[in-house]
Amino acid sequence: MNTFVTETVSILTNAAMLFVVAAGLTLVFGALRLINMAHGSLFMVGALTVASLASGLTGGWGFAVALIAAVGLCAALGAGIEISILRRLHDREPLAQLLATFALVLVAADLAQRVWGTSDRTVATPVAGRFSVGGAVVPEYDLIVIGIAAAVALGLWLLLARTATGWRVRAAVEDPETLSVGGTNLALLRTSVFALGAGLAGLAGAAIAPLESVGPGLDTQIIVAAFIVTVVGGLGSVVGAALGAVVIATVEGLGTLWVPSYASSAGYLVMILVLAVRPWGLFGTPDR
Amino acid sequence: MPHTTTMATMLELTDVDTYYGASHILQGLSLKVGAGEAVALLGRNGAGKTTTMRSVLGLTPPKRGSILMDGTEIARAKTHRIARQGVAFVASGRRVFGGLTVAQNLELAARTLGKRAAADGRTLEDVLTVFPKLRELADRRAGFLSGGEQQMLKLARALLGNPRLLLLDEPTEGLSPAVVSDLGRWLDRLREQGLSILLTEQNALFALAHVDRGYVMLKGRITHEASAEELRSSEEVRAALGVG
Ligand SMILES: Nc1ncnc2c1ncn2[C@@H]1O[C@H](COP(=O)(O)OP(=O)(O)OP(=O)(O)O)[C@@H](O)[C@H]1O
Ligand SMILES: [Mg+2]
Repeated sequence: MNTFVTETVSILTNAAMLFVVAAGLTLVFGALRLINMAHGSLFMVGALTVASLASGLTGGWGFAVALIAAVGLCAALGAGIEISILRRLHDREPLAQLLATFALVLVAADLAQRVWGTSDRTVATPVAGRFSVGGAVVPEYDLIVIGIAAAVALGLWLLLARTATGWRVRAAVEDPETLSVGGTNLALLRTSVFALGAGLAGLAGAAIAPLESVGPGLDTQIIVAAFIVTVVGGLGSVVGAALGAVVIATVEGLGTLWVPSYASSAGYLVMILVLAVRPWGLFGTPDR
Repeated sequence: MPHTTTMATMLELTDVDTYYGASHILQGLSLKVGAGEAVALLGRNGAGKTTTMRSVLGLTPPKRGSILMDGTEIARAKTHRIARQGVAFVASGRRVFGGLTVAQNLELAARTLGKRAAADGRTLEDVLTVFPKLRELADRRAGFLSGGEQQMLKLARALLGNPRLLLLDEPTEGLSPAVVSDLGRWLDRLREQGLSILLTEQNALFALAHVDRGYVMLKGRITHEASAEELRSSEEVRAALGVG
């Protein structure tokens, strides 16, 4: 019973983080048909921002401020990147965009080393409390992380399904000309969506900072994980990202318990399996 | 309807040159639509009718020339800004947002440009009164509508923005005769309400029955301009259009 609760919470915490990262990646792909390789770099910037603010901003509220700062910084960086680089490539072939975002990965990795150095940092858990559930002891911070992911899921669902902005995002993929003829500022819409995706990457990075060591290499590590999740769930689908995150976190969690030496490849195996059976992912659509 | 010389000008293109890449499509095109006037733009396939509308909308901006919308230069403006000047476009083909419901298509239009409207502007309710069928179809995905229903939705969506100028590209294309005559009635009603209209049509006889004046174009230039009545009876024009 003990280990069951502990394992479940740890799997859900992992799934929560994977979902927030993947949601940003899939949202940007869904709205802009752009695969943002630099999504992991924005995640790393979010984590490093919190790491460098953590010494000054301590405790729960201090951490909340650092987290908001990280999200704001990443969203602003995202807007800047979209306006200065990606916008010009929007009507070009997908390869040009992919290469541009890959170039950004390299630039960001180099800049991050200059600003934050090459050593790993640790961030103290902002809330040290623990809950006792069914005989197991669960860290309060894990529940906060799960809560953040649930809020992101609900917020994105409301945005996309219920607001005019969400309909615009869907319409912009289907027929951008008709949307702009109807009075929508397409450039502003695209910048906003990209900034939102970047902000989500920053949020995930900031939230994960107290759970893992933060340093160079985090960018590539997380972009690979986010791709596995989005490919399994279906590129462009937020619901798919949620399901993909739960599937991958579960497989990795159980793998670590049962076959520790193969656990790290479990995610890839699931991805290969899904691609073989349903190449467009669990919730994706076959046409793209 | 009064003749152009006595009415204010809503849209005026002067010496417009538009290209697709290296191909020179509109070659010094000039035309006018008066305030409250309905004008047809006729011509054979490939004459440049759609390109003229795309130039006005900034979708294919002209390289040279001037386009005045109610006195404001829009030749180099962004499409959404031109829309906010009161220009609405009903494109040919299935240009509805197929993944959204009919209600979402309409709400989106109302929330984007509808709020621009004055207190006496058209509301969603007004538009649904004109097109009661759309109320029945409200929760249907727009991609599943018939051609006639999509045409209705596109027109309703355009009207929700409370435009001062309506550009209609081949509105009768693919419609059954019954729907075509409905469309004719709606056009006449919009004219009575004082909307300025520019209309292109393969079906020249339909167009000339619902406009005040018309232009005939060939290879990116205007070759004839006359009242609808004169155009209907001109042998030369009938020959140029390949009708009758
Ligand atoms: N996207 C494009 N790229 C290159 N050339 C184009 C493009 N669209 C149209 N053209 C060319 O521009 C010319 C004018 O086309 P346009 O669509 O304006 O004609 P139209 O009068 O609307 O014809 P139709 O009656 O067939 O709709 C044609 O020769 C066409 O081949
Ligand atoms: Mg045409």
